[in-house]
Amino acid sequence: MLSVTNLHVEVDGTPILKGLSLDVPAGEVHAIMGPNGAGKSTLSYTLAGREGYEVTQGLASLNGDDLFALEANERAAKGLFLSFQYPLEIPGVPSLTFIRTALNAQRKARGEDEIGAPAFLKLAREQAASLKIDFDMLKRPLNVGFSGGEKKRMEIFQMAMLLPKFLILDETDSGLDIDALRIVSEGVNALRSPERGMLVITHYQRLLDYIKPDQVHVLAGGKIVASGGPELALELEETGYDRFSQAAA
Amino acid sequence: MSLALALQSGDVASLPSRRDEAWRYTDLRAALRAIPAASPKDEAALLAGPFAALETVETIIITNGFGPDRLSLASGEHRTVCLRFIASEAASAHHGTLTLTVAEGGSLTLLESHEGFGYDYVSDIAISLKIGSGATVDRIVILKDSAEAISVVTATVDLGANATLNQTVLTTGAKRQRFETHVSHPGQGASVRLDGVYLLGDARHSDQTTVVTHKGEGGTTNQLTKGGVRDSARAVFQGKITVERGADQTDARMGHHALILSERAEIDAKPELEIYADDVSCAHGNTVGALDAEALFYIRSRGVPLIEARALLISAFVAEVTDRISHDGARQVAQDWLLACGMGAS
Repeated sequence: MLSVTNLHVEVDGTPILKGLSLDVPAGEVHAIMGPNGAGKSTLSYTLAGREGYEVTQGLASLNGDDLFALEANERAAKGLFLSFQYPLEIPGVPSLTFIRTALNAQRKARGEDEIGAPAFLKLAREQAASLKIDFDMLKRPLNVGFSGGEKKRMEIFQMAMLLPKFLILDETDSGLDIDALRIVSEGVNALRSPERGMLVITHYQRLLDYIKPDQVHVLAGGKIVASGGPELALELEETGYDRFSQAAA
Repeated sequence: MSLALALQSGDVASLPSRRDEAWRYTDLRAALRAIPAASPKDEAALLAGPFAALETVETIIITNGFGPDRLSLASGEHRTVCLRFIASEAASAHHGTLTLTVAEGGSLTLLESHEGFGYDYVSDIAISLKIGSGATVDRIVILKDSAEAISVVTATVDLGANATLNQTVLTTGAKRQRFETHVSHPGQGASVRLDGVYLLGDARHSDQTTVVTHKGEGGTTNQLTKGGVRDSARAVFQGKITVERGADQTDARMGHHALILSERAEIDAKPELEIYADDVSCAHGNTVGALDAEALFYIRSRGVPLIEARALLISAFVAEVTDRISHDGARQVAQDWLLACGMGAS
């Protein structure tokens, strides 16, 4: 599914990722944990195709498609979805209009028929209900004036509507209280399937109590310095990142 | 110095140029080497106008300056009129005038368009609008000039007590284009809204100039102009509000906010407030910025291609202006116009 090999990335000429390799097979959830400044957000932005993240070496592919040969929107059409740590506010664009535009752009890129308004609205109502999102909120401009928790729920709602093949959750737990964390995690868990892979990027172990990973990787100094089962996250919670930071330096 | 004068005399020396302060950013002298021949009278069959979807019962057509020269609404009369100014002939020049009168308590919804079917015409249109006391005029204007045209529209508005003027101008520019609105504001409960949107590409130019003079107590003026320029296009916004001595309790607000979408594009903004009364509430705001790169990435990361993502952000940016149009049909036409401008391309 997602395969990253020896990835080197620079931002403004500064090397951030220095030889990161990672494989996430279909059906698995992998967590990436690491201290601040380790390159966690750089990894998610680079995979999603944000400008300013220069790949100087290495490869990344999703189901065999070379991600770095594709524009950000083409990667989305191939099934990649990045849930932002800080989702953007888009004034003037109602949430439903935005999601329908995105869904139809993806379908068009894949050579599929556009979804009609009635079918789209029916789907939106069902998904909104299961994520406890007030349907009227979807008529408001995307994320404008939403609380941190509402914005994250809107990210999960977008996932549920777009049904991507691979999810990257970038610090999805930041800014969430326990109730919001539970709702968001349930939304993510509902999307777990044998055909779908997930990369959960987080600073804290807490999120992994709700979204249970198959594998945990420690990112420090721009590369993966340790990998293991879920117990690695618990171990980190006790011992901290210090020993890995030193190992990476 | 004016285009009308130059057309009358045939002398380009009468054209306003950058040496005239009011025309500093819209140099007609530099754009026109000789005054072209007079446009012919033309009653050719026309394509549908921008407001055709509304199927207005009443349409007035003025082609190359030829057509009716006045429209009057009686006291208490309500009408919706589609007013089409057409320039049909290349390499020709014309001047047209129209006097609109709405008597006391009447209301006029004016769906006005200036449409270029010719290539490099010169058009000068002068409109006189008299709005009687308690009367209302909603004026929605779409400027659809040709890329090589020189087009000037000047409206002089005389407003009565408790009268209302709501104006929205939408433009894609021309070689040189000026849309000028002068309002004599009596105060006395009268209300003016002067809005504009410009979306300019290629080497197009557009100048929206407004001059509002508050002459009496208790009047309001509310202005919002928004736009975007790309390629080597150039937009000009000049807004002047004068509050004369004694025009107390005037409430005047002016906003101009624009996006520059390429390095060679240019925006010249000149907001002016001249206040000679003591007890007034006046404010103006003026901003020029670029599209938010983060927002653009966010939209693209959801699968929307760059051109569509830009168009989405641009139309969302200016939609605040078109949302203020109260006539449902005209608002829909304006929103469709925004999408059709396809400003996302670069």
